[in-house]
Amino acid sequence: MTTAPFQLTRDPHGRLLLTAPDGSVHAGVQPVRAFPLAAPAEGIALMGTDGHELVWIDRLNDLPEATRNLLEAELASREFMPEIRRLRQVSTFATPSTWTVETDRGETRFILKGEEDIRRLGATALLISDSHGVQYLIRDLSKLDKTSRRLLDRFM
Amino acid sequence: MIRTPPPLPGAFASATDTWQAELDVRLAAGEPIVATLEPDLDAHLAFAAERLVLTDRRLLARSAGDAGWADWPLRPGLSLQHHDHAGVGTLELHDTASRLASWRFTLVHNGAALRLADRFAAELTAHLSGQPVPAPDETVCPACKTPLPPDQTECPLCSRELHEAPSTWTLFRLWRFAGPYRGQLLAGFLLTLAATGATLVPPYLTMPLMDKVLIPYQNGQSINTGVVALLLAGLFASALLAWGLGWARTYILARVSERIGADLRTATYEHLLQLSLEYFGGKRTGDLMARIGSETDRICVFLSLHLLDFATDVLMIAMTAAILFSINPALALVTLLPLPFIAWMIHLVRDRLRTGFEKIDRVWSEVTNVLADTIPGIRVVKAFAQEKREAQRFREANRHNLAVNDRLNKTWSLFSPTVTLLTEIGLLVVWAFGIWQIAHDQITVGVLTAFLAYISRFYGRLDSMSRIVSVTQKAAAGTKRIFDILDHVSSVPEPTRPTHLDRVQGRIEIRDASFRYGNRGVIRGLNLDIQPGEMIGLVGHSGSGKSTLVNLICRFYDLSEGTIRLDGTDIRSLPVAEYRRHIGLVLQEPFLFFGTIAENIAYGKPDACRAEIVAAARAAHAHEFILRLPHGYDSLVGERGQGLSGGERQRISIARALLIDPRILILDEATSSVDTETEKEIQKALDNLVRGRTTIAIAHRLSTLRQADRLVVMDRGRIVEIGNHDDLMAREGHYYRLYQAQARNVDTDLDELPTASAEAKPPMPK
Repeated sequence: MTTAPFQLTRDPHGRLLLTAPDGSVHAGVQPVRAFPLAAPAEGIALMGTDGHELVWIDRLNDLPEATRNLLEAELASREFMPEIRRLRQVSTFATPSTWTVETDRGETRFILKGEEDIRRLGATALLISDSHGVQYLIRDLSKLDKTSRRLLDRFM
Repeated sequence: MIRTPPPLPGAFASATDTWQAELDVRLAAGEPIVATLEPDLDAHLAFAAERLVLTDRRLLARSAGDAGWADWPLRPGLSLQHHDHAGVGTLELHDTASRLASWRFTLVHNGAALRLADRFAAELTAHLSGQPVPAPDETVCPACKTPLPPDQTECPLCSRELHEAPSTWTLFRLWRFAGPYRGQLLAGFLLTLAATGATLVPPYLTMPLMDKVLIPYQNGQSINTGVVALLLAGLFASALLAWGLGWARTYILARVSERIGADLRTATYEHLLQLSLEYFGGKRTGDLMARIGSETDRICVFLSLHLLDFATDVLMIAMTAAILFSINPALALVTLLPLPFIAWMIHLVRDRLRTGFEKIDRVWSEVTNVLADTIPGIRVVKAFAQEKREAQRFREANRHNLAVNDRLNKTWSLFSPTVTLLTEIGLLVVWAFGIWQIAHDQITVGVLTAFLAYISRFYGRLDSMSRIVSVTQKAAAGTKRIFDILDHVSSVPEPTRPTHLDRVQGRIEIRDASFRYGNRGVIRGLNLDIQPGEMIGLVGHSGSGKSTLVNLICRFYDLSEGTIRLDGTDIRSLPVAEYRRHIGLVLQEPFLFFGTIAENIAYGKPDACRAEIVAAARAAHAHEFILRLPHGYDSLVGERGQGLSGGERQRISIARALLIDPRILILDEATSSVDTETEKEIQKALDNLVRGRTTIAIAHRLSTLRQADRLVVMDRGRIVEIGNHDDLMAREGHYYRLYQAQARNVDTDLDELPTASAEAKPPMPK
């Protein structure tokens, strides 16, 4: 598939403008990944402002490059799941505990409310929710350095 | 609520200082800053420090790079839009043609961003019209919009304390529960002292037995039977004394520890019941049950058995040391030498074992969680033939449990033999030094025998003391998990200075209400006034926030922002239980507790007399079917009300709500799970219930809401339409579409609805 049956552009307000296969035009559509963790590049829906699905995209890679870039830029500006690279310090091993971490988006500090906010995803990945609902991802536990693993181990 | 952590030291702090200076230079004289925001994310959502400042004439922004300040003077057509998604908030500055700029931030700053956006709109209007910004009509907390007490600037609701993490010495916190049994504990301690003393007599008596009887006999003297009888009698008497004292202290201390355990269990459960629904939503039943059940039991065993043993051991060591020194200081010194070394070893292993045991606890609750998940859902498991998968899941959890235990056992198994080895070495040292001393005539054989008798006990105790390390760590881990519950401050806290309402009229005002569940906004900026006695029908797709709104009105959760007021008083300033007494709740799935029907009806008012119960049942149209049951009102119903149909259970729950005679009534899909025929029965019961009360009803079947004074249509956390049936149909908006969709599916509702609005009664002001 080389051309998509729909058109996607960006208007001056920064919103995505969708021309659907049936010719209708929708402003402010939002791309949503169906499997943000398991398969981020597959299954992307374009949702209208009323919350209804307008277009379903099986694979991001099937799209023409311009559309894909537009979508990826929009997704990048909406998706916020810092990936923890290193645990610098935890204030205490009992919860609530303040963690200082290095992420792919810079260094930050957050409060872990309880051990149950650390959720296992599959065999190696962890998802950590902080007190304000921001989710931090540890993609591969075994790739963290020893100090981080030891700190993390105390909570798991 | 948890306070925001202080900003990271270093680069950020110095940057903000220089920015303040930059800003001061740029501001004109007499240009006041009216709002600021510190966005903490840049355009690529990386953590960065930025600054957004609103003055009375422009918006200024400083981004993290070297770009410096940018500003946008207020002019017609500008708008500042706020939205949030997946934990990131965005402010976008638009004019009529395009987007001019955008800023992103984590939800820590959401409140500040909303204030800035509100203020921006106000300043813009003021700037264009030349009128000053209207002062807010009352002093409200900027974060939650609660009216502030006149003499205070800090909001009592927002400044909730960050609760400190429990210290490592958690076990000492058990003192709170031991306090009431101080007297018995003291008696137990004195008995322990005496009993331990008594057990130390026999080795002491071996000294004269050896030196005065056995050795003289070996050297050719005859045995003095009188002395022997005396010494043996002494041995017997001390053994008897130790037995009696030991029995008394064990009995007293076991009694006390059992009571401490029971108090702990009750206190934890009582505290648990006070916690908000949010807490229960985040926890799994198996884990909570394990904590209250087995953890308290473990603590109890620890107190009654292990701690007692440990105290005895410490006493014995102290006393033995004293006796040894009094006999021969030099030999005593040599005997006690390995002690610090062993103590150090114990200390070394302690840390590893404690974390290990905490881990085992967590893994253990994982195992029970599998059970708690599967057993209630057994019908689904069997229906989809997934027994193998569930067994596999259990095996997996068990395997994890094994792995963690194995790892810990590596350390643990090395520990005990090492202590034994040290004991043997210690004995060896005593033998060697003792023989040397005897050879130099410094001590007698009897002294060495006594020493050996003492220290074989002594080191024996050290060995068992090493066991205390593990049980203490286990108990400490258990205590921590218990105190995790006890320390959890309800997210629906009791007010510090409660207000009391004598008579409730039932007027509900919802102002700027927002509610977030995790990072998902469920209710956004909602405003609604409900008059006393008015019936409101909440309508909308599932997931539009209807049930959440009702949960917020019941105060099962507290709002993230905004207020809900009852008769003009913030519901957060009313005592929770007192407030909920004014609310009657009828749910889709009525929950009946194990007990008689009468008990279930009187659940909210246990002291209700029989006449009241019958009256409530009559009004709920439940009286007749109850009488048809073999034991009438005394019929037992199971935990899920087995033996009763859905409609019958629902009418019992309506009777329950009627009996407490609430001013506010909430019907959450009260008729959804029953057929149309039963619904009509229930509807009759509901009509009695609704009369004269402020009612909020949620229903999927729009026909159920035919009595509502106003219908409130919700969509994605916002109110999109308000009006009666005819208005809303005429508007051809959300409600019209909902109604059309339903009319196509449910024919029976078709003939009922058109007349519905004709019956609508005016609000009943009181």
